[in-house]
Amino acid sequence: MSTKLIYFAWVRERIGKPEEDVELPSGIETVADLLRWLKSRGEEYENALQYPDVIRVAINQEHVGHREKIAGAREIALFPPMTGG
Amino acid sequence: MAGAVVPAIRIQREDFDVAAEIARLTGGRADIGAVVTFSGLCRDEQGALSALELEHYPGMAEAEIGRIAAQALERWPLQGLTVIHRHGKIAPGENIVLVVAASSHRQAAFEAANFLMDYLKSRAPFWKRQHLADGTQGGWVEAKEADDHAADRWKKQGE
Repeated sequence: MSTKLIYFAWVRERIGKPEEDVELPSGIETVADLLRWLKSRGEEYENALQYPDVIRVAINQEHVGHREKIAGAREIALFPPMTGG
Repeated sequence: MAGAVVPAIRIQREDFDVAAEIARLTGGRADIGAVVTFSGLCRDEQGALSALELEHYPGMAEAEIGRIAAQALERWPLQGLTVIHRHGKIAPGENIVLVVAASSHRQAAFEAANFLMDYLKSRAPFWKRQHLADGTQGGWVEAKEADDHAADRWKKQGE
């Protein structure tokens, strides 16, 4: 099953695309696993996810922590801390 | 009838009219005793800024503000609630965000508006990028730790 990844703000700019569909390899169970795997996919990902602790994540359009399981996620968004309001 | 209040939430590129939004909440009613509005505007940062550009996460922006509004409605006896957040390019002096909270007595409306803004700042999926007055593109606005602390102070004990 493929998962849609969406990126915003400087995460989007550094990765160089607004979204992509990926096939997650087995063993990627949590958000932290996903970030670690993405970071290994190339220089642009390494650059965007250099400090994984600052990356905020939403699964199916709801905020989650990095220990959250990603099983069943249709849409996972990665973005910097928010600056609205 | 606090449970019956349905918040009006709009994510839009266009500007809004504060007076019209108050009238929309209070029109034809005689039970509202207090309306608190908060508007957030774009500053020019002492002339350095020509605009802010707000990126947002369509779908989640509405959903997240809806979740924050639902918490406010659970917590305070509000009679009406409107939240409008703009996106796109916004010039200094223009509106960015509006919260209108209505209640019988002022305290609920004041507190709910304050709570909503603290949560919008740290949880609504919007990101501001600066456009500088010299024509160059500035950086992304950095999130302030103070905004996270402001939201944390609303957490009830044990949360």
